[in-house]
Amino acid sequence: MKLAISISGKTLDSPFDSRFGRAAAFCIVNVETKEWKAYENPALSASGGAGVQAAQFVAKQGAQAIVSGAFGPNAFDTLAAAEIEMYLAPGNEAHSTTEILDMFEAGQLTKAEAATHDGYHGNHH
Amino acid sequence: MHIVVASGKGGTGKTTVATSLALIAAERETVRFLDCDVEAPNAGLFLDPVLDTRKEVGILIPKVDETTCTYCGKCAEVCQFHAIAVVGKKTLVFPELCHGCGSCTLICPENAISEHLNVMGVLQGGPATNQIDFAQGIMNIGEPMAVPIIRELKKWGHSSTPAIEIWDSPPGASCPVVETIRGADFALLVTEPTPFGLHDLKQVVEITRELGLQASVVINRDGIGNNAVEMYCEENNIPILLRIPMDRDIAEGIAQGRTLVEIRPEFGPILREMLGQIVCRAA
Repeated sequence: MKLAISISGKTLDSPFDSRFGRAAAFCIVNVETKEWKAYENPALSASGGAGVQAAQFVAKQGAQAIVSGAFGPNAFDTLAAAEIEMYLAPGNEAHSTTEILDMFEAGQLTKAEAATHDGYHGNHH
Repeated sequence: MHIVVASGKGGTGKTTVATSLALIAAERETVRFLDCDVEAPNAGLFLDPVLDTRKEVGILIPKVDETTCTYCGKCAEVCQFHAIAVVGKKTLVFPELCHGCGSCTLICPENAISEHLNVMGVLQGGPATNQIDFAQGIMNIGEPMAVPIIRELKKWGHSSTPAIEIWDSPPGASCPVVETIRGADFALLVTEPTPFGLHDLKQVVEITRELGLQASVVINRDGIGNNAVEMYCEENNIPILLRIPMDRDIAEGIAQGRTLVEIRPEFGPILREMLGQIVCRAA
Protein backbone atom coordinates (compact mmCIF):
# COMPACT_ATOMS: atom_id res chain seq x y z
CA MET A 1 0.00 0.00 0.00
CA LYS A 2 1.03 3.59 -0.56
CA LEU A 3 1.41 5.72 2.53
CA ALA A 4 1.67 9.53 2.49
CA ILE A 5 3.58 11.34 5.25
CA SER A 6 3.63 15.11 5.68
CA ILE A 7 7.30 16.12 5.85
CA SER A 8 9.35 19.28 5.91
CA GLY A 9 12.14 18.23 3.53
CA LYS A 10 12.81 16.06 0.52
CA THR A 11 14.22 12.78 1.84
CA LEU A 12 13.46 10.01 4.33
CA ASP A 13 15.78 11.77 6.79
CA SER A 14 13.66 14.92 6.64
CA PRO A 15 11.72 15.81 9.77
CA PHE A 16 8.04 15.02 10.01
CA ASP A 17 5.81 18.11 9.40
CA SER A 18 2.83 18.00 11.74
CA ARG A 19 0.75 20.32 9.55
CA PHE A 20 -1.33 18.78 6.79
CA GLY A 21 -2.67 21.51 4.46
CA ARG A 22 0.41 23.64 4.97
CA ALA A 23 2.98 20.83 5.10
CA ALA A 24 6.12 21.64 3.11
CA ALA A 25 6.00 18.33 1.26
CA PHE A 26 4.52 14.85 1.15
CA CYS A 27 6.55 11.68 1.05
CA ILE A 28 4.69 8.89 -0.73
CA VAL A 29 6.16 5.57 0.29
CA ASN A 30 5.26 2.06 -0.80
CA VAL A 31 5.09 0.27 2.55
CA GLU A 32 5.92 -3.16 1.05
CA THR A 33 8.80 -2.24 -1.30
CA LYS A 34 9.98 0.87 0.61
CA GLU A 35 10.14 2.76 -2.68
CA TRP A 36 9.50 6.42 -1.99
CA LYS A 37 9.23 9.79 -3.61
CA ALA A 38 8.85 13.27 -2.08
CA TYR A 39 6.57 15.88 -3.64
CA GLU A 40 6.33 19.55 -2.83
CA ASN A 41 2.89 20.38 -1.42
CA PRO A 42 1.06 22.40 -4.11
CA ALA A 43 -1.22 23.85 -1.42
CA LEU A 44 1.61 25.46 0.53
CA SER A 45 1.03 28.89 -0.99
CA ALA A 46 -2.76 28.62 -1.41
CA SER A 47 -4.59 31.68 -0.11
CA GLY A 48 -7.34 29.43 1.20
CA GLY A 49 -8.63 25.90 1.00
CA ALA A 50 -5.15 24.43 1.50
CA GLY A 51 -6.53 21.35 3.23
CA VAL A 52 -8.85 20.57 0.32
CA GLN A 53 -6.09 21.07 -2.24
CA ALA A 54 -3.53 19.01 -0.32
CA ALA A 55 -6.06 16.20 0.18
CA GLN A 56 -6.81 16.07 -3.55
CA PHE A 57 -3.08 16.00 -4.27
CA VAL A 58 -2.46 13.12 -1.88
CA ALA A 59 -5.41 11.26 -3.41
CA LYS A 60 -4.04 11.81 -6.91
CA GLN A 61 -0.74 10.20 -5.88
CA GLY A 62 -2.67 7.05 -5.05
CA ALA A 63 -2.09 7.11 -1.29
CA GLN A 64 -4.36 4.83 0.73
CA ALA A 65 -3.28 6.23 4.09
CA ILE A 66 -1.78 9.45 5.36
CA VAL A 67 0.16 10.36 8.52
CA SER A 68 0.11 13.96 9.67
CA GLY A 69 -0.23 15.85 12.94
CA ALA A 70 -3.67 17.35 12.39
CA PHE A 71 -6.57 17.31 9.94
CA GLY A 72 -8.97 20.23 9.55
CA PRO A 73 -12.64 19.65 8.72
CA ASN A 74 -12.30 20.21 4.95
CA ALA A 75 -9.16 18.09 4.70
CA PHE A 76 -10.86 15.39 6.76
CA ASP A 77 -13.97 15.35 4.55
CA THR A 78 -11.93 15.27 1.34
CA LEU A 79 -9.57 12.53 2.55
CA ALA A 80 -12.53 10.52 3.87
CA ALA A 81 -14.32 10.86 0.51
CA ALA A 82 -11.15 9.58 -1.17
CA GLU A 83 -11.21 6.65 1.29
CA ILE A 84 -7.75 7.52 2.59
CA GLU A 85 -7.14 6.44 6.17
CA MET A 86 -5.86 9.23 8.40
CA TYR A 87 -3.29 8.61 11.14
CA LEU A 88 -2.00 11.05 13.72
CA ALA A 89 1.62 11.28 14.80
CA PRO A 90 2.85 13.46 17.64
CA GLY A 91 4.16 16.73 16.30
CA ASN A 92 5.72 17.99 19.51
CA GLU A 93 8.80 15.81 19.31
CA ALA A 94 11.17 15.61 16.39
CA HIS A 95 10.82 12.50 14.24
CA SER A 96 12.32 11.70 10.90
CA THR A 97 10.19 10.41 8.06
CA THR A 98 11.74 6.94 8.55
CA GLU A 99 10.79 6.93 12.24
CA ILE A 100 7.20 7.84 11.34
CA LEU A 101 7.14 4.99 8.84
CA ASP A 102 8.43 2.59 11.52
CA MET A 103 5.78 3.79 13.97
CA PHE A 104 3.08 3.29 11.32
CA GLU A 105 4.25 -0.26 10.60
CA ALA A 106 4.45 -1.06 14.29
CA GLY A 107 0.81 0.05 14.63
CA GLN A 108 1.72 2.77 17.12
CA LEU A 109 -0.23 5.57 15.47
CA THR A 110 -3.80 6.57 16.29
CA LYS A 111 -6.38 6.79 13.56
CA ALA A 112 -8.14 10.16 13.20
CA GLU A 113 -11.89 9.52 13.34
CA ALA A 114 -12.86 13.19 13.05
CA ALA A 115 -11.31 16.54 12.24
CA THR A 116 -8.75 17.49 14.87
CA HIS A 117 -9.53 21.21 14.88
CA ASP A 118 -11.92 23.81 13.50
CA GLY A 119 -11.52 25.36 10.09
CA TYR A 120 -9.70 28.60 9.57
CA HIS A 121 -12.09 29.75 6.85
CA GLY A 122 -8.80 30.38 5.20
CA ASN A 123 -9.38 33.12 2.70
CA HIS A 124 -7.85 36.51 2.23
CA HIS A 125 -10.76 38.56 3.49
CA MET B 1 -23.42 61.88 -5.09
CA HIS B 2 -21.95 59.00 -3.12
CA ILE B 3 -19.93 59.83 -0.03
CA VAL B 4 -18.12 56.99 1.68
CA VAL B 5 -17.03 57.39 5.30
CA ALA B 6 -14.04 55.15 6.08
CA SER B 7 -11.19 55.15 8.59
CA GLY B 8 -8.84 52.24 8.62
CA LYS B 9 -8.59 52.06 12.39
CA GLY B 10 -11.75 50.96 14.16
CA GLY B 11 -13.53 53.16 16.66
CA THR B 12 -12.33 56.48 15.24
CA GLY B 13 -15.85 57.85 14.79
CA LYS B 14 -16.97 56.87 11.29
CA THR B 15 -20.54 56.35 12.38
CA THR B 16 -20.48 59.49 14.54
CA VAL B 17 -19.55 61.56 11.49
CA ALA B 18 -21.64 59.65 8.95
CA THR B 19 -24.90 59.77 10.91
CA SER B 20 -24.68 63.48 11.73
CA LEU B 21 -23.67 64.31 8.17
CA ALA B 22 -26.70 62.36 6.95
CA LEU B 23 -29.05 64.19 9.34
CA ILE B 24 -27.75 67.59 8.22
CA ALA B 25 -27.90 66.65 4.51
CA ALA B 26 -31.45 65.34 4.94
CA GLU B 27 -32.66 68.75 6.11
CA ARG B 28 -32.43 69.92 2.50
CA GLU B 29 -31.89 66.92 0.24
CA THR B 30 -33.05 63.35 -0.24
CA VAL B 31 -30.57 61.06 1.52
CA ARG B 32 -29.93 57.34 1.49
CA PHE B 33 -27.76 55.93 4.28
CA LEU B 34 -26.13 52.52 3.92
CA ASP B 35 -24.50 50.89 6.94
CA CYS B 36 -21.92 48.76 5.14
CA ASP B 37 -20.30 47.54 8.37
CA VAL B 38 -22.21 44.29 8.00
CA GLU B 39 -20.22 42.53 10.73
CA ALA B 40 -21.36 45.04 13.34
CA PRO B 41 -23.86 47.56 11.95
CA ASN B 42 -24.71 50.22 14.53
CA ALA B 43 -25.68 53.37 12.62
CA GLY B 44 -29.31 52.35 13.18
CA LEU B 45 -28.85 53.06 16.88
CA PHE B 46 -28.44 56.74 16.00
CA LEU B 47 -30.86 57.14 13.09
CA ASP B 48 -33.78 55.09 14.52
CA PRO B 49 -34.93 53.48 11.28
CA VAL B 50 -38.22 51.60 10.98
CA LEU B 51 -36.91 48.45 9.33
CA ASP B 52 -39.95 47.42 7.31
CA THR B 53 -38.28 45.62 4.40
CA ARG B 54 -35.81 42.77 4.40
CA LYS B 55 -34.08 40.52 1.92
CA GLU B 56 -31.91 37.45 2.45
CA VAL B 57 -28.68 37.64 0.51
CA GLY B 58 -25.59 35.57 -0.16
CA ILE B 59 -23.79 34.01 -3.06
CA LEU B 60 -24.73 31.37 -5.61
CA ILE B 61 -22.91 28.17 -4.76
CA PRO B 62 -22.64 25.04 -6.89
CA LYS B 63 -24.75 21.94 -6.51
CA VAL B 64 -23.50 18.89 -8.34
CA ASP B 65 -25.88 16.40 -9.94
CA GLU B 66 -24.25 13.07 -9.08
CA THR B 67 -26.12 11.27 -11.86
CA THR B 68 -24.59 13.34 -14.67
CA CYS B 69 -21.19 14.16 -13.08
CA THR B 70 -18.38 12.16 -14.70
CA TYR B 71 -15.79 13.20 -12.05
CA CYS B 72 -13.60 14.73 -14.73
CA GLY B 73 -12.29 17.22 -12.14
CA LYS B 74 -12.46 20.32 -14.35
CA CYS B 75 -14.52 22.18 -11.73
CA ALA B 76 -11.92 21.51 -9.02
CA GLU B 77 -9.10 22.62 -11.35
CA VAL B 78 -10.75 25.91 -12.25
CA CYS B 79 -11.70 26.83 -8.66
CA GLN B 80 -9.21 29.37 -7.29
CA PHE B 81 -10.47 28.82 -3.76
CA HIS B 82 -10.51 25.00 -3.59
CA ALA B 83 -14.20 25.15 -2.77
CA ILE B 84 -14.97 22.14 -4.92
CA ALA B 85 -13.01 18.90 -4.82
CA VAL B 86 -13.16 15.75 -6.90
CA VAL B 87 -11.72 12.60 -5.37
CA GLY B 88 -12.41 9.21 -6.92
CA LYS B 89 -16.15 9.01 -7.56
CA LYS B 90 -17.12 11.90 -5.35
CA THR B 91 -17.46 15.65 -5.85
CA LEU B 92 -17.45 17.70 -2.68
CA VAL B 93 -18.53 21.34 -2.29
CA PHE B 94 -17.24 23.52 0.58
CA PRO B 95 -19.70 26.43 0.79
CA GLU B 96 -17.60 28.52 3.21
CA LEU B 97 -14.67 28.54 0.77
CA CYS B 98 -16.83 29.40 -2.28
CA HIS B 99 -16.74 32.99 -3.57
CA GLY B 100 -19.68 32.47 -5.93
CA CYS B 101 -17.75 33.24 -9.11
CA GLY B 102 -19.61 30.62 -11.14
CA SER B 103 -16.51 29.29 -12.95
CA CYS B 104 -17.29 25.66 -12.06
CA THR B 105 -20.79 25.94 -13.50
CA LEU B 106 -19.44 27.45 -16.72
CA ILE B 107 -16.65 24.92 -17.23
CA CYS B 108 -18.60 21.74 -16.45
CA PRO B 109 -18.80 19.85 -19.79
CA GLU B 110 -21.77 17.78 -18.59
CA ASN B 111 -23.83 20.72 -17.30
CA ALA B 112 -23.99 18.79 -14.05
CA ILE B 113 -23.68 21.90 -11.87
CA SER B 114 -26.61 24.08 -10.91
CA GLU B 115 -26.40 27.06 -8.58
CA HIS B 116 -28.40 27.85 -5.51
CA LEU B 117 -28.38 30.71 -3.05
CA ASN B 118 -26.25 30.20 0.04
CA VAL B 119 -27.73 32.72 2.48
CA MET B 120 -24.97 34.62 4.30
CA GLY B 121 -26.90 37.49 5.75
CA VAL B 122 -29.85 39.81 5.52
CA LEU B 123 -30.51 43.33 4.28
CA GLN B 124 -32.93 45.51 6.23
CA GLY B 125 -34.25 48.88 5.27
CA GLY B 126 -36.80 51.56 5.97
CA PRO B 127 -37.34 55.22 6.77
CA ALA B 128 -35.21 56.81 9.50
CA THR B 129 -34.99 60.22 11.19
CA ASN B 130 -35.41 63.20 8.80
CA GLN B 131 -36.87 60.85 6.13
CA ILE B 132 -33.47 59.28 5.54
CA ASP B 133 -33.83 56.17 3.38
CA PHE B 134 -31.88 53.79 5.65
CA ALA B 135 -30.53 50.32 4.89
CA GLN B 136 -28.09 47.99 6.59
CA GLY B 137 -26.63 44.57 6.01
CA ILE B 138 -26.20 42.01 8.75
CA MET B 139 -23.86 39.11 8.20
CA ASN B 140 -24.89 35.80 9.73
CA ILE B 141 -22.78 34.76 12.70
CA GLY B 142 -19.96 32.47 11.64
CA GLU B 143 -19.88 33.63 8.02
CA PRO B 144 -16.37 34.45 6.87
CA MET B 145 -17.13 36.73 3.92
CA ALA B 146 -18.67 40.19 4.18
CA VAL B 147 -18.12 41.30 0.58
CA PRO B 148 -21.16 39.60 -1.01
CA ILE B 149 -23.47 41.20 1.56
CA ILE B 150 -22.00 44.67 1.01
CA ARG B 151 -22.27 44.19 -2.77
CA GLU B 152 -25.95 43.28 -2.47
CA LEU B 153 -26.63 46.13 -0.03
CA LYS B 154 -25.25 48.69 -2.48
CA LYS B 155 -27.45 47.26 -5.28
CA TRP B 156 -30.59 47.03 -3.16
CA GLY B 157 -33.68 49.18 -3.56
CA HIS B 158 -32.33 51.50 -6.20
CA SER B 159 -35.64 52.37 -7.80
CA SER B 160 -35.25 55.98 -6.65
CA THR B 161 -32.11 58.07 -6.86
CA PRO B 162 -31.48 60.20 -3.79
CA ALA B 163 -29.43 63.39 -4.06
CA ILE B 164 -26.91 62.12 -1.54
CA GLU B 165 -25.90 58.64 -0.50
CA ILE B 166 -23.75 58.12 2.57
CA TRP B 167 -21.96 54.80 2.92
CA ASP B 168 -20.69 53.99 6.40
CA SER B 169 -17.71 51.68 5.86
CA PRO B 170 -16.43 48.84 8.02
CA PRO B 171 -13.06 49.44 9.68
CA GLY B 172 -9.86 48.03 8.26
CA ALA B 173 -8.34 48.16 4.81
CA SER B 174 -9.23 44.80 3.32
CA CYS B 175 -11.80 43.49 0.83
CA PRO B 176 -14.98 44.66 2.65
CA VAL B 177 -13.60 48.20 2.78
CA VAL B 178 -12.59 48.16 -0.88
CA GLU B 179 -16.06 46.84 -1.78
CA THR B 180 -17.66 49.67 0.22
CA ILE B 181 -15.46 52.41 -1.24
CA ARG B 182 -15.80 51.19 -4.83
CA GLY B 183 -18.10 53.47 -6.86
CA ALA B 184 -18.06 56.38 -4.39
CA ASP B 185 -17.55 59.95 -5.59
CA PHE B 186 -15.84 61.15 -2.44
CA ALA B 187 -14.12 59.57 0.55
CA LEU B 188 -14.27 61.11 3.98
CA LEU B 189 -11.63 59.48 6.16
CA VAL B 190 -12.17 59.73 9.90
CA THR B 191 -9.04 59.28 11.95
CA GLU B 192 -7.63 60.06 15.35
CA PRO B 193 -4.30 61.85 15.85
CA THR B 194 -2.41 58.82 17.14
CA PRO B 195 0.25 56.60 15.55
CA PHE B 196 -2.33 53.82 15.18
CA GLY B 197 -4.85 56.19 13.57
CA LEU B 198 -2.22 57.44 11.13
CA HIS B 199 -0.92 53.97 10.28
CA ASP B 200 -4.35 52.77 9.20
CA LEU B 201 -5.29 56.09 7.60
CA LYS B 202 -2.36 55.71 5.21
CA GLN B 203 -3.65 52.32 4.11
CA VAL B 204 -7.10 53.67 3.31
CA VAL B 205 -5.63 56.70 1.53
CA GLU B 206 -3.75 54.22 -0.70
CA ILE B 207 -7.03 52.43 -1.47
CA THR B 208 -8.78 55.68 -2.41
CA ARG B 209 -5.83 56.60 -4.67
CA GLU B 210 -5.95 53.20 -6.31
CA LEU B 211 -9.65 53.77 -6.98
CA GLY B 212 -9.01 57.31 -8.29
CA LEU B 213 -11.04 58.91 -5.53
CA GLN B 214 -10.91 62.33 -3.87
CA ALA B 215 -10.22 61.96 -0.15
CA SER B 216 -10.37 64.33 2.78
CA VAL B 217 -9.78 63.78 6.47
CA VAL B 218 -11.78 64.32 9.64
CA ILE B 219 -9.71 64.36 12.84
CA ASN B 220 -11.71 63.06 15.76
CA ARG B 221 -10.56 63.26 19.38
CA ASP B 222 -8.55 66.27 18.34
CA GLY B 223 -6.10 67.22 21.08
CA ILE B 224 -4.83 63.75 21.97
CA GLY B 225 -1.75 62.05 20.53
CA ASN B 226 0.58 64.01 18.29
CA ASN B 227 0.58 66.09 15.10
CA ALA B 228 1.78 63.31 12.78
CA VAL B 229 -1.63 63.02 11.06
CA GLU B 230 -1.61 66.74 10.28
CA MET B 231 1.92 66.55 8.90
CA TYR B 232 1.03 63.54 6.76
CA CYS B 233 -2.07 65.31 5.39
CA GLU B 234 -0.05 68.42 4.62
CA GLU B 235 2.71 66.50 2.86
CA ASN B 236 0.19 64.60 0.79
CA ASN B 237 -2.17 67.48 0.02
CA ILE B 238 -5.09 65.86 1.83
CA PRO B 239 -7.48 68.50 3.16
CA ILE B 240 -8.58 68.26 6.80
CA LEU B 241 -12.25 69.23 6.62
CA LEU B 242 -13.30 68.84 10.23
CA ARG B 243 -11.93 68.49 13.73
CA ILE B 244 -13.96 67.07 16.58
CA PRO B 245 -12.38 67.70 19.98
CA MET B 246 -11.66 65.06 22.59
CA ASP B 247 -14.63 65.76 24.83
CA ARG B 248 -16.22 63.74 27.59
CA ASP B 249 -19.73 65.08 26.87
CA ILE B 250 -19.52 63.89 23.26
CA ALA B 251 -18.29 60.45 24.34
CA GLU B 252 -21.08 60.13 26.92
CA GLY B 253 -23.72 61.28 24.42
CA ILE B 254 -22.57 58.83 21.76
CA ALA B 255 -22.65 56.05 24.36
CA GLN B 256 -26.31 56.96 24.98
CA GLY B 257 -27.12 56.63 21.25
CA ARG B 258 -27.31 60.37 20.62
CA THR B 259 -25.83 61.93 17.51
CA LEU B 260 -23.07 64.51 17.41
CA VAL B 261 -25.43 67.25 16.21
CA GLU B 262 -27.81 66.47 19.06
CA ILE B 263 -25.05 66.59 21.64
CA ARG B 264 -23.32 69.62 20.13
CA PRO B 265 -25.78 71.54 17.90
CA GLU B 266 -22.98 73.93 16.87
CA PHE B 267 -21.70 71.12 14.65
CA GLY B 268 -24.84 71.50 12.46
CA PRO B 269 -23.61 74.55 10.49
CA ILE B 270 -20.06 73.15 10.47
CA LEU B 271 -21.23 69.89 8.90
CA ARG B 272 -23.39 71.79 6.39
CA GLU B 273 -20.34 73.81 5.40
CA MET B 274 -18.33 70.58 5.09
CA LEU B 275 -21.03 69.01 2.91
CA GLY B 276 -20.83 72.02 0.61
CA GLN B 277 -17.06 71.58 0.34
CA ILE B 278 -17.45 67.87 -0.39
CA VAL B 279 -19.95 68.57 -3.19
CA CYS B 280 -17.56 71.18 -4.66
CA ARG B 281 -14.51 68.93 -4.43
CA ALA B 282 -16.25 65.90 -5.89
CA ALA B 283 -17.64 67.87 -8.83
